[in-house]
Amino acid sequence: RRRDVLTVTPWLAPIIWEGTFNSEILDSAYRPLNLTIGVTAFAIGKYTRFVGRFLESAEKHFMKGYRVNYYIFTDNPETIPDIQLQPGRRFVIVPIKKYPSWQEISMRRMEAINKHIAETTHQEVDYLFCLDIDMVFYNTWGPETLGDIVAAIHPGYFNVPRSQFPYERRSSSAAYIPDGEGDFYYGGAVFGGLVKKVYEFTKTCHMTILTDKANGIMAAWQEESHLNRHFLSHKPSKVLSPEYLWDDRKPKPPEIHLIRFSTVDKNYKEIRD
Amino acid sequence: RRDVLVLTPWLAPIVWEGTFNRDILNAQYMQKSLVTGVVTFAVKKYWFFIEGFMSSANKYFLAGHQVNFYLFTDNPEQISHLPMAPENHLFVIPVQNDSQWQDISMSRMDIISRYIRSQFQYEVDYLYSIDIDVQLYEHIGVEIIDTLVGTISSWQYTAHRESKAYETCTESQAAIPKGEGDFYYTASFYGGSVAEVYKLTRACFKGLMEDRENGIEARCHDESHLNKYLLYHKPTRLLSPEYYWDEEL
Repeated sequence: RRRDVLTVTPWLAPIIWEGTFNSEILDSAYRPLNLTIGVTAFAIGKYTRFVGRFLESAEKHFMKGYRVNYYIFTDNPETIPDIQLQPGRRFVIVPIKKYPSWQEISMRRMEAINKHIAETTHQEVDYLFCLDIDMVFYNTWGPETLGDIVAAIHPGYFNVPRSQFPYERRSSSAAYIPDGEGDFYYGGAVFGGLVKKVYEFTKTCHMTILTDKANGIMAAWQEESHLNRHFLSHKPSKVLSPEYLWDDRKPKPPEIHLIRFSTVDKNYKEIRD
Repeated sequence: RRDVLVLTPWLAPIVWEGTFNRDILNAQYMQKSLVTGVVTFAVKKYWFFIEGFMSSANKYFLAGHQVNFYLFTDNPEQISHLPMAPENHLFVIPVQNDSQWQDISMSRMDIISRYIRSQFQYEVDYLYSIDIDVQLYEHIGVEIIDTLVGTISSWQYTAHRESKAYETCTESQAAIPKGEGDFYYTASFYGGSVAEVYKLTRACFKGLMEDRENGIEARCHDESHLNKYLLYHKPTRLLSPEYYWDEEL
């Protein structure tokens, strides 16, 4: 039981924190369903260097005991290391094209995920998580995260008043959220849900991204802004606390009892080219 | 709300006043064009409660949304004209009170499951079974809508869980091993999706039948079977005792 944090949203979606759930009960409910969990991650250009650590740590902590398919989207398949996986877990390389700017690469993820679901993933997985590759798992990520539509609270903004959320504030953008609105600031590095739902919302986000492009505008935080706009009108059925999307550069506050998934320290200038 | 438990260990929300925003939930409910049904029984002297129940339910139960009321009664003639909210429908369904089941509660489980199969599944998305002697004083809204919903009994909330209710049924199909049991749910208000309520009522009926065949007293009534079912098929949402208050308290 956690009294120090909000554990249910106003639309009655659970917010997942250590101490709110019993893994045994959840496992006993989910294991018999024989689910396959998919993970998408994009390793473009220099970001391929993160694949090894991502996968090794996922093998230790992500959905242990479940069937997992990793879909690594890359422009550079030869640089992807060969990682030994546990039984029941597979790894698939999805070749994609590299766009000229890191912002463009980031925003095209929605389209790529959506297309891949339509072509392949929908037949192979029940749930799909879309994660950033420059991250590492440090602790268990289990079936407590499964839900129809799952979003994660951005570590930089969970304790901050809504007026300070970096939503897109220009009304000319399709990602615009006016002052006074908004539930949480969700991070673009973690989202997921039932494969059908992920298909639907990646399509919608891609559409709003294209709309902005046609109007010559790029949202403040690229697809993260569009994701936030979408989740405001189509609320997630489950919200992950920042335990599931942490930034190692931040000092750990008392509310965070466990860090499960966190950024790898990196030199942004060097890596984004 | 920090004073109460708002989430079960299996991550089902427990609905208390102050934990939800009904406007957001209404918007979500309307987006999906859902229809909810209420099933209730007025058998023998319980016809007395019909007017009060229908009047308060029309006013407070999912106000503004379409609700189909399925009223099972052995005395259809006794029913005077009942004013209904324009979006609601009332179906009066006659039943025999001298039915083959001596135990009315057993017949209720049987009747509900049969009617879901033959009729309700085509008419509603969600179905709730509510006792006729319940009177609503406050709005009960779409915060109750979820796949499988149980209501925590107020009586049990104030007493220790491992009390008489569980012990009298040791030989019954509804027996719950000592130390187990998450919450004590009331049979006066439960529901969920039509499919889930079908499974629940079928399972409870089956348990009641087996008890009867084994000559076990009807002391272990449908509420015990309901509790056993919900122990092994965890509800996806729980309603706090605010949603059902036993007047005897």
